Amino acid sequence: MVELMEKSAFGGLLPVEVGTCRIFAALPEPMHLVSPYKGQGKPLSDAMKKAHGMAFPAAGRATGKEGARLVWFGLEQAMLIGPAPDARLSEFAAVVDQSDGWAVLRLQGPQAEDVLARLVPVDMRAGHFKRGQTVRTQLQHLHVSITRVGSEVFQIMAMRSMAKTLVDELQGAMRLVAAR
Amino acid sequence: MRIKCPLCGERDLREFYYQGADVALMRPAPDAGPAAWDDYLYTRDNPAGETRDLWQHEYGCGAWLLVQRNTVTHEILNVTLAKKRGRS
Amino acid sequence: MRIDGKGLIDRSVTVPFAFDGQRYHGFAGDTLASALLANGVRMVGRSFKYHRPRGLLTAGSEEPNALVTVGQGGNATPNLRATTQEIYEGLTAVSQNRWPSLNLDVMAVNDLFSPFLSAGFYYKTFMWPRSFWERVYEPIIRRSAGLGALSGEPDTARYEQAYAFCDLLVIGAGPAGLMAALTAARAGADVILADEDSRMGGRLLAETEPLDGEPAHIWVARVLDELATMDNVRLMPRTTVTGVYDGGTYGALERVTTHLANPAPDAPLEAFWRITAKQTVLATGAIERPVAFPMNDRPGVMMAGAVRSYLNRWGVAAGQKVAVFGNNNDAHRTAHDLHEAGVEVVALIDSRADAAVSGDFPLFTGAQVINTRGRKSLGEVHVQTASGVEVIEADCLAMSGGWNPTLHLSCHLGGRPVWNVSIHAFVPDPKNCAGLHVAGAAGGVFSTKGALKSGVFRAREALKALGMKAPSIPLPVAGDAEYAITPLWQVQGRKRAWLDFANDVTVKDVELAATENLASSEHMKRFTTQGMAPDQGKNSNVGALAVLADATGRSIAATGTTTFRPPFVPVPIAATGSAGAGKGFAPERFMTSHDRSLEMGAPMIEAGLWYRPSYFPRKGEKNWRQACDHEVGMVRNAVGVCDVSTLGKIDVQGPDAAAFLDFIYTNRMSSLKVGRVRYGLMLREDGMVMDDGTCARLGARHFLVTTTTAAAAQVMRHMEFVLQGLRPDWDVRIASVTEQWAQFAVAGPKSRELLNGLFDAPIDNDSFPFMACGDVRIKGVSARLFRISYSGEHAYEIAVPARFGAALFDLLLERAQALGGGAYGLEALNVLRIEKGFLTHAEIHGRATAFDLGMERMISPAKDCIGKVMAERPGLKGPLREQLVGLKPAGAAKLITAGAHLFMQGAEAVSDNDQGFVTSPCYSPTLGHPIALAMLQNGRARHGEVIDIVDHLRGVRTACVVCEPVFFDADGGRCRG
Repeated sequence: MVELMEKSAFGGLLPVEVGTCRIFAALPEPMHLVSPYKGQGKPLSDAMKKAHGMAFPAAGRATGKEGARLVWFGLEQAMLIGPAPDARLSEFAAVVDQSDGWAVLRLQGPQAEDVLARLVPVDMRAGHFKRGQTVRTQLQHLHVSITRVGSEVFQIMAMRSMAKTLVDELQGAMRLVAAR
Repeated sequence: MRIKCPLCGERDLREFYYQGADVALMRPAPDAGPAAWDDYLYTRDNPAGETRDLWQHEYGCGAWLLVQRNTVTHEILNVTLAKKRGRS
Repeated sequence: MRIDGKGLIDRSVTVPFAFDGQRYHGFAGDTLASALLANGVRMVGRSFKYHRPRGLLTAGSEEPNALVTVGQGGNATPNLRATTQEIYEGLTAVSQNRWPSLNLDVMAVNDLFSPFLSAGFYYKTFMWPRSFWERVYEPIIRRSAGLGALSGEPDTARYEQAYAFCDLLVIGAGPAGLMAALTAARAGADVILADEDSRMGGRLLAETEPLDGEPAHIWVARVLDELATMDNVRLMPRTTVTGVYDGGTYGALERVTTHLANPAPDAPLEAFWRITAKQTVLATGAIERPVAFPMNDRPGVMMAGAVRSYLNRWGVAAGQKVAVFGNNNDAHRTAHDLHEAGVEVVALIDSRADAAVSGDFPLFTGAQVINTRGRKSLGEVHVQTASGVEVIEADCLAMSGGWNPTLHLSCHLGGRPVWNVSIHAFVPDPKNCAGLHVAGAAGGVFSTKGALKSGVFRAREALKALGMKAPSIPLPVAGDAEYAITPLWQVQGRKRAWLDFANDVTVKDVELAATENLASSEHMKRFTTQGMAPDQGKNSNVGALAVLADATGRSIAATGTTTFRPPFVPVPIAATGSAGAGKGFAPERFMTSHDRSLEMGAPMIEAGLWYRPSYFPRKGEKNWRQACDHEVGMVRNAVGVCDVSTLGKIDVQGPDAAAFLDFIYTNRMSSLKVGRVRYGLMLREDGMVMDDGTCARLGARHFLVTTTTAAAAQVMRHMEFVLQGLRPDWDVRIASVTEQWAQFAVAGPKSRELLNGLFDAPIDNDSFPFMACGDVRIKGVSARLFRISYSGEHAYEIAVPARFGAALFDLLLERAQALGGGAYGLEALNVLRIEKGFLTHAEIHGRATAFDLGMERMISPAKDCIGKVMAERPGLKGPLREQLVGLKPAGAAKLITAGAHLFMQGAEAVSDNDQGFVTSPCYSPTLGHPIALAMLQNGRARHGEVIDIVDHLRGVRTACVVCEPVFFDADGGRCRG
């Protein structure tokens, strides 16, 4: 039987290295949007801890670690990244597969904050945006999710169809920063 | 202009979608009559001073916000989640 | 002329540059202005209206005269101020507003006609005939007026935008700004110090006054060294804060590489910063104001403070015989500094009779300059003294009418300045400056000691507001000279006395405004154009207001200022809009089939942000119509494949999901069975149709809604509003899954045959009837299948996770081609739906009701829904409404064009007779003639009637027969087969 070949959101666009910064595709992992139903926040968080070892995050926070992360994603929403969601979660929350909906990359480098300062209207400096913090904001015109996953590493998620624009914008900003 | 989203904190205007007066939250009953519906859809105050309107943090958390602000001083007095307003 | 031992330039680095084709040399640290002055260049431009020779007036960004164009071709930047343009090796600058050359300017003839060219000349002269306004007058006026010109070529330079955040923004790095920054930085605040100069220090670099017993620039360097080592401080030289906006937002323009001979290829020329600050110290200093004495515009007449700047900062004497004329003690410094540097001071003229003047040069008190002479630069100064008129030979006249606090930024949020009677100048009104602390000369504190002290004080205020503790900080020992002034706005005389050098506005012009009763400052400004040049009146504003006040018999305070608005200095649109240049204008959205479609030669068409294939050209096809006809035929007779991933898909789950959908759709969705799809209509609350689409029930509490491509974002926002704003009591969760699924239409009589060749388990009409949906497996991948049709054919839409989209498209194409079909694009998709009378946003155009579209019965009478009440309004139903109809040519097939209007046959095509318009026309290859959908008044009752369609734009007038809007397979048998 002929298999359907998978194709990543970025195709051959990544990695890109300019100056001291680099962008590269994140490893493809299952991603599910989890939205607790009314009054189910607590049982959902408990079930999440039991099944995946992390609590439902507060606004602007990401819990878990590499390989199993729960990233706050907006009003009453978090994105479970890594593990396949435990079936019990659906008792307490709407669980929606988004594994293919988002293009996920990492921006890494000592000037990563300067790159983001050219694109994002939010203060991303280490003193104001620490590891474990996440934002939903704009990267130029793109509606993105940005999480600091290391002292010089950011995870950036944009809608899959706009993966090329995401790379173009980041690459442009990396060039400007490197030219200074 | 910056609006303090109750979930995301203070953010630049560009992340928000402006809807209009908070009247939009007070949908009349279907049998409320033409005058009530006309008011709901079309009649708006244009205050020089305090006003309450609806914004969506569209390029942020997606929350609809009830924003109390002053149209003269541009001061933003209070921002709450529209869903908290509730409805019986 | 350079003065040995003076200035902060680096004389070991010689910098060659060119001005108006002539080569010169300057030194590292020079501006174009200081280097030209050092080279003895006196004339740097021509005035706007009279084309009079003009020289440097100032040494800062307020310069009205020395506007130059730097660079060549597409990279040329016009209207740059020579006073802020630093020189670099190879800099090429040219003067403006002259032809053929600066020295010989033909338009200087205007000056002879100046008696006729007073304010309002254009308004009064070029009135009649009206037909000449655009054809004759405007081209002439545009050619003769103006400044530098754009090249007309694309700008290849890069620009940048960036965001910055801080606790405290300090604007201006003079004595007040430096002390404020130091105080806040030592307190641990997050500080940005922005200054428009290339070198920070402000007036401290331009005066000889020592600080702590040392030259001031040494103290400046020490402070800057300390600030530079602190992590919580960002120094931004060459950065002009241009605007103040709500919520502590500031715009700032940084000149990144405008001073470099060989910038890195990717480096931006300029960057536009959006700075968000919790608190701000405004330490922008002050701008010296001219005196309006007769013939005060000759090259060589300069501001006294600027003459000191050129001497002390750049080591340049502005003349060899310098006269100084002022009404305040500060002006005396210029005479003393020049004298000490060995420059001949030919006169110190103080208009105050009681002024305490001293110096080893001719002194005049109670005297005024009443005239000047000199052809292209200053030669003589005529001084009226108590005993008569003295004629003094001078090539430079340093004038000072006092200083105006640079308060513009304090007014950008609507604040009005107040008149300060002790310094005879406007100062910021603290009441209007929330979060903005005005320090130093910007607040009217003119002594160095006062400025330093005020910087600390204002920083403490700001720190207090930030909840931070201020450290105790010692002040350096500094001068505290008294600034004593007696106003002198104008000197009477027969000849012209300039107020606004840039726009050639004289005292007489302002007086004329008052005579013509244009007595408010805003009217005077617009009548005379005073303050409307690139310097925005920074030099002339207060002087002009004083003349206006005098002419109208009011005080200056009562006359008031005009309104200061951003930007403080000219900002290139290229800088503010840099993020929107090229592809930054809008994101591009690509479907998973994009690469394959391009390989097949499909031209792309933009649908919102999406790129969709228009058609797939095949061998021998000469135009899009042939390809489109072919693709339509393929779908009608075999099978076609089309990527429809752009449709919005919204996942709806929760206990109240069905109730929610009943509320937003006109028809019932709660009665839909699991595994079935229903067409749905959404209204806006005002009763107009918002969107149409399908709703599939995937589980008891789980639905999938599709929207049109165009309305996807609007529908999502609408749903979020209803759930959060109107019915927060409902337990429903929604999520956009548009991007998760790649979805393809497989349409045509052979569609099932195609799919069954791929499915792990085949389907048939019983297991998968029309409007069924369910999960299937295709080559081992879990997929969603919907039996829906936008073509009227037996059709499906199949969705797979997007990572498999490209592969599935390839596979579907391969299978379709084997069955005599293939890919179809947006053109064919459109023809297929018009033939069936299906809607797009051409019909759902925002003014159409369900009644208009023939879908009134889709509004369920048994439940409430958004828009239902208002859809019942009088006027939204009935024979006066434009209703959806079909159109076919009456007689020989003729072109029907989109947007053509509908008229009774033979009626005059005027708007009174307008009865509707064509929404969607096409050529139907299935029927062999053009068809169209249209909105026609009372259209449903008029089937069979012949009407005229008229398209004035394309010159089309043709007769059409009104018909049902379904042209093909009216009973829908084909899609059920």
